[in-house]
Formats: sequence, structure tokens, C-alpha cells
Amino acid sequence: MVRAEGVRKSFGHLEVLKGIDLEVAAREVMCVIGPSGSGKSTFLRCINHLEKINAGRLWVDGHLVGYRERGGKLHELRDREVSAQRRDIGMVFQRFNLFPHMTALENVIEAPTRVKRVGKQDARARGQELLERVGLGDRVHSYPNQLSGGQQQRVAIARALAMEPKLMLFDEPTSALDPELVGEVLDVMRGLAADGMTMIVVTHEMGFAREVGDTLVFMDEGRVVEAGDPRQVLSDPRHQRTQAFLSKVL
Amino acid sequence: MATDTTTRPAPPEQIRAVPVRHPGRWVAAAVIAVLLAMFAHMLITNPVFQWGFMVDNMFAPPVLRGARTTLLMTVLAMVLGVLLGVVVAVMRLSPNPVVSGAAWTYVWFFRAIPRIVLLFFCANLGALYATYELGIPFDRQLMDALGLDGDLRFLGLDGNQIFAGFTAGLIGLVLSEAAYMAEIVRAGIQSVDPGQTEAAAALGMGRGTTMRRIVLPQAMRVIIPPTGNETIAMLKDTSLLIAVPVTTELNFQLRAIGSRTFQIIPLAVASILWYVALSSLLMVGQHFLEKRFSRGSGSGETRAQRAAREADAVGSTH
Repeated sequence: MVRAEGVRKSFGHLEVLKGIDLEVAAREVMCVIGPSGSGKSTFLRCINHLEKINAGRLWVDGHLVGYRERGGKLHELRDREVSAQRRDIGMVFQRFNLFPHMTALENVIEAPTRVKRVGKQDARARGQELLERVGLGDRVHSYPNQLSGGQQQRVAIARALAMEPKLMLFDEPTSALDPELVGEVLDVMRGLAADGMTMIVVTHEMGFAREVGDTLVFMDEGRVVEAGDPRQVLSDPRHQRTQAFLSKVL
Repeated sequence: MATDTTTRPAPPEQIRAVPVRHPGRWVAAAVIAVLLAMFAHMLITNPVFQWGFMVDNMFAPPVLRGARTTLLMTVLAMVLGVLLGVVVAVMRLSPNPVVSGAAWTYVWFFRAIPRIVLLFFCANLGALYATYELGIPFDRQLMDALGLDGDLRFLGLDGNQIFAGFTAGLIGLVLSEAAYMAEIVRAGIQSVDPGQTEAAAALGMGRGTTMRRIVLPQAMRVIIPPTGNETIAMLKDTSLLIAVPVTTELNFQLRAIGSRTFQIIPLAVASILWYVALSSLLMVGQHFLEKRFSRGSGSGETRAQRAAREADAVGSTH
């Protein structure tokens, strides 16, 4: 579903990604861990072209992200084509980024009605269904500032699911939450994984990674240091840096 | 729930402390009361005010028509100024350096010109060309180069007719207002969390849809208060239309009566009262606009509601 080959990304002189090679199969859940500044969020943002990569290749569902290869040359995609690619990739942000001037339901139906031109009636029914699925069937008419952090993040997940993505990206979805609210968001994500959604999750929740993840990737200083079965990586890390990191967080 | 008090100890006795005294307040009140009394005394005893005469003339038919012209001009100039201002602001934030440079130049130029100077210039555009026509640019040179006769113009308007009176005034005020509004709108757009644009982009929304549906509605909260200021400034600046001249406007009409009857003060006071009344009317409109666009923001919920909800949330976790 996702394939990265030698992906590099620099901000000015600072090279954040120094050649990432990864592959995520359909229905796979990949968790990405690592210290802050290791480039894990940047990599996630490259996958839906919120950041432009400087070198390497990145494919989602067989299509190059942000470019088209023609006659051995790369052509940048137009804004419209980039938008079309993003429709199949859902993203959940650390700080939720719900639209504050819209109710939960309006947040969920905005993209389907405006982008996919789904009829309002159908979109509302589907939105209601999605909000029920994340356990917020009774809060559809609440504005984001009337919801707790955990509830907001669940609306954000429902909003991403409304576009029926093939791939879901989670950028530290529980890092901005009060500790007692983390569980409700992880429960929703666990449900998604069980339904066979392909997911890439940047997280600090080692328990979730161990239990739900099919692969665990440890990144440090813009490189993939170690990748493998989560139970194996967490309990018996091969690299010293992984050991050092895990000894601090576990 | 938070109301479960049976297991808790009785609340301690209410505090009844002697409040801090504020003697300064009483002194200030006394001073202001004396000043107010002096002011009222002046208004009542000075015969120059001619209150009866003022009231009789304040609502004369030409003055009422003037008030209507002033309000109409204010509303039209603001609506068109805001629309043009939004366009200029969006251009200013465009990644295209030519478009953004053009917008910057527009703001720089029109903000530099005093409104009265701009109005005077607009009023005399009829002297530049007798007719203003719509067509292909450089059509005559083009046709000459192709060895053809005639021109490519579709619509001609008499310069002296469009650039006179109300229209000239409106054009001048809109051009000037758009420059100020562009900066206000730009500040509003930039005040919106970039995460909002990212979230919209991640959902596959295009730049236009994102601006219209996500960014501008949130920018409105920042845009409306200074736009209220602009509207009131515009109301007052319609008195500059004398430079065009637009003679049907409120201040001109009141002053005309004043000079005709040699009663300058009563009509000047009438003018003051009219503008205060019209400004107040516009402020009411602003209040409702602000309420409309504060949906989902902190002020959408009263403090008491928030406290109640938070108490509830805390209670439910115990």
C-alpha cells in the first residue's frame, strides 16, 4: 500500500529524513516510534504530500506521491491532482484540527459534500453512522469547544473516515490528551485495525504498538534504526539506540 | 456527579469581610457631576443654540434625503470595499510573486492618497477621456499592424456621466476602502491556525474551497471588529464627498441650511447628532454580525455555561 525508497527531506540546511526505506502492506498496522526530532512526523506528512520530499520515491497504492514519472522525468502534480491523491489518505493530527465553527456532524460531512459532491442527505446519514461508530452518536450537534480532547479526536477520526480512505495516518493522536482520555481514542483505533484498515501510527503508546501493531519501526535522526515485529523490537531490541530509547520510555 | 454532598463535610462559614473603601471613586464622581452640570447649564442658557430652530430644520425633507444618501453610500462603499479588499488580501497571500506584488502595490498606492484628494481626482476622470470604452487592449495598434480598419470596442460610456456625482464618489471611496480592508482581511486570514488549512488539505479540499469554507469564516472573528471601525469611519468620510461634489449628502444639506439662515451652530449641532445616531445604528448591526461569527469559539458559550460544564466533567471523573 505504501512504499518508500530512499526518501529524503530537508528544511533549509537541516536534513530531517536521511533516506527512508519502508513498506506497508494493505491491512497492515505500522507503528512508528522514536525520540522527538527523529523525523517520524515529517515522514508521515510526506506520505500525503503535506511536505515535499527532496529525494527518493514514495508510492501510495501504486501511485507516486506528488509527482508523475513520464519519459524518465518527474513532473510535479497540479494542486488539483495532489488533492485527488489526498482523498484516499485519511490523516489524524496531534492537535485534532477540527473546524471550530462547525458542529461535529458538519465537520464530518464537510469534505464528502464539498469534495466528493455526496448529497447532503446521504452525507448526514453516513456522518451520523460514523459518529456513532466512534461512540459520539449523542454529540453530533456539539461544537468542538464543547467536547473533551478525547471526544474531539474521535470526531477527527470520523471526519477522516468519511472520505472512505484506503490508508489512515495518525500523527501522535493521543499526545495532546489528558491521560484518562487516551484509552477512548486508542479503543477506536483498535476497532479500525480490527476492521482491516491500513494504518501508519506515529505514537508513544508502546502498549498499543505491542498489541495492535503488525510492525514497529524505530526512527532516530532521520533514519530507520530498527523495524520488525513489535513484541520482538520492544522486548529484545537489537540496536543500542533502540535499547537506550526504550529504557527511557518503558 | 458534583452535587453529591452527603459524604462531604459541611461547607465552612461564609466570609463576611469589610470591603476595601474607594474614596477616589467618590471624588471622581463629584468632579464629573460638576462638569456635567456646567455643560448642561451652557446648553440650556446659551441662546445661540436655538434648539427649537434646530429641531425644525434637522428633519427637513432635504436633510432626510441627505441621511438616506449618506447611509446608502456608506453601505455600498463598504460592501464593495470589503469584496474588493478580500480579493486583494487573497492575492497578497498568493504564492505567485507577481500577483502578490500587484496586491502590495495596490495597498501601498491607495492607502497613501488622502480620500478627499482621491475623490477629487475620480470626479474629474471625465476630463481624461470623453468616453470610456470596453474592448480588446491596444486594439487600434493591433488592427493597424494587421492592415485592417476599425477597432474592437464593444461598450462606450460617457466619461462625464459616469465620473460625476454619486458614482464618482462611490468609486473613490471603494478604491480607498479596499486598500484598508485588504490589510484587515489579511491579518484575519493569517490569524487562523495553519493546522486548519492542513486538515482541509489532508481531506482533499482545494485551495479555493478551503479559503471559502474553512479559513474565511474563522477569520471573520478577527475581521469584524476593525471592519466596524472602518464602517463608522466611512460614514463620517461620506462628508468628504463635497470634493466631488455630491450635494445630496447629509452634511452638505445641513450646512446649506446653516449658511442660508446664518444659523451655523444649530445646524452644526444637528450634524453632530445625526452622525452620532447613524453610527449607533451601524454599531447595532456590528453586534449581530459578531454574534453570528462567534459560533464555536470561546465566546459562543457564556462563562456560567462553561463553569457548569467543567464542574460536571470534573464531577463525573470522581
